Amino acid sequence: MAQSIRDQVAIVGIGQTAFGKGLADSELSLACQAISTALDDAAIAPGEVDGLASYTMELNREVDVARNVGLGDLTFFSQVGYGGGAGCGTVLQAAMAIATGQCHVAVAWRARKRAAKTSRPWAQVPARLADHWQWSRPFGLLRPVDEVAMLARRYLYEYGGSRDQLANVALAFRKHANRNPAATMYDKPLSREEYLNARWISEPLCLFDNCLETDGALAIVLAPAERAVDLPHRPVLVHAAAQGLPRQHQTMINYFNDDPLEGPSWAAARQLWRGAEFGPAEVKVAQIYDAFSPLVPLSLEGYGFCGRGEGGAFTEGGALEWPDGRLPTNTSGGGMSEAYVHGFNLVLEGVRQMRGTSTSQVDGADTCLVTSGEGVPTSALLLRN
Amino acid sequence: METGFVLPDLEAEDTAEFWAACQRGELVVQECAGCGRWRFPPRPMCPHCRSLEVRWVATSGRATVWSFVVPHPPLLPAYGELAPYNVVVVALDEDATIRMVGNLVATPEGPINEVDPTTIEIGEPVRVVFASVEDVMLPRWMRAPKG
Repeated sequence: MAQSIRDQVAIVGIGQTAFGKGLADSELSLACQAISTALDDAAIAPGEVDGLASYTMELNREVDVARNVGLGDLTFFSQVGYGGGAGCGTVLQAAMAIATGQCHVAVAWRARKRAAKTSRPWAQVPARLADHWQWSRPFGLLRPVDEVAMLARRYLYEYGGSRDQLANVALAFRKHANRNPAATMYDKPLSREEYLNARWISEPLCLFDNCLETDGALAIVLAPAERAVDLPHRPVLVHAAAQGLPRQHQTMINYFNDDPLEGPSWAAARQLWRGAEFGPAEVKVAQIYDAFSPLVPLSLEGYGFCGRGEGGAFTEGGALEWPDGRLPTNTSGGGMSEAYVHGFNLVLEGVRQMRGTSTSQVDGADTCLVTSGEGVPTSALLLRN
Repeated sequence: METGFVLPDLEAEDTAEFWAACQRGELVVQECAGCGRWRFPPRPMCPHCRSLEVRWVATSGRATVWSFVVPHPPLLPAYGELAPYNVVVVALDEDATIRMVGNLVATPEGPINEVDPTTIEIGEPVRVVFASVEDVMLPRWMRAPKG
């Protein structure tokens, strides 16, 4: 078998714009700003970049990014599909390209102006549906929150879970955001009472089970691990990475197979742990994709932090909270309380934890799991320092 | 008449037969002519034996509620006017891994918000009915006697 990517590539630069609603700058400008900041952070010149990876939903094309930032001759450029499932996959593809010599310095990024109501994908519907949405949307199952709520209701029913457990997720991430000046919800505490009294969006999910709607951009720079030791920051190694699209999966409306509650996390996790020298018990901090709160217990199960059906109970006793929880999770606030940029902010927070620079830094953190969207074809990373 | 509802393309190659059957008042699934397994949603190839040959077979139209949600605004306007309404996923009696998204209604042509959502229970038996929306017959579900 060919070589593994294990520890061969490092994340050596990170950059992000401000997060907000209705930011004045264009999506292209935001992407270029984040990438430029990440290159400066890495002390690498733009002309050295010869690889790019992003999402198929990214609206900025490689040609435009490269012409603005002044990138070099690109020999690797790829995109990963399925929205919020793509984030860690872009890092995987960039790391594979560097590990195999297809490029030498790569940038992965996501830029999005999402906060305008008209930019919400679910609100843009063609007149007649010929694709898989014809099996759900005519019945008023219109939005991602509705699709996830359907699985959440079944999950709570099968395993006796409660809204209190979903509140544990929302409240933990909000507490972390309250410590992160860059977070959208930095100065907005959230109480359990506010959570339980919030308006419904799609029962059994309320407002605070949903992620934010955010304008912003984030980028990372990757380089060979042997080069990283000469760069300004503590190298953050891509220890393992995986994508996962399980058999008979349907994206978002995963109701049409034998076991809808065994989502893509399980398939990604099997490959991820196969490539790793450690297991879930050695993970000190996690960044788990949280477009909706139920994705967190489902992911905790998929990645092996607890057994099937135990993800809700895992959240109890402050398990997800910094500093003393058994698995401090989404330590910058995540998609629910820092920013929702298709989960790419989770990658940057993973890097900060490995550098020791998070605003909710976990003592002695030397391993971090980062995941992308559960409920869609997904991806995940293990970082180490 | 335009209703503002999101509706299927009745002429899409691999799925038109499902919607045509709804016009006749039949809820059909594909049965593989090669291995006999049922599948839904419709697709051209059997994932078990890769046969392209299918028979469209009528189901009993009997099912149980597998899960449900109650959407609230913001929604597309036509749906927002009905909110809160229910959306259910049902599992067919013949094969509980064949599931369909629909709505629980009190009368065949009734609105999707007429059942009190606090009374819906996972596992309750339902039977298919059909409601006319523009030129589409949409399968919906009414409560059925237990057993």
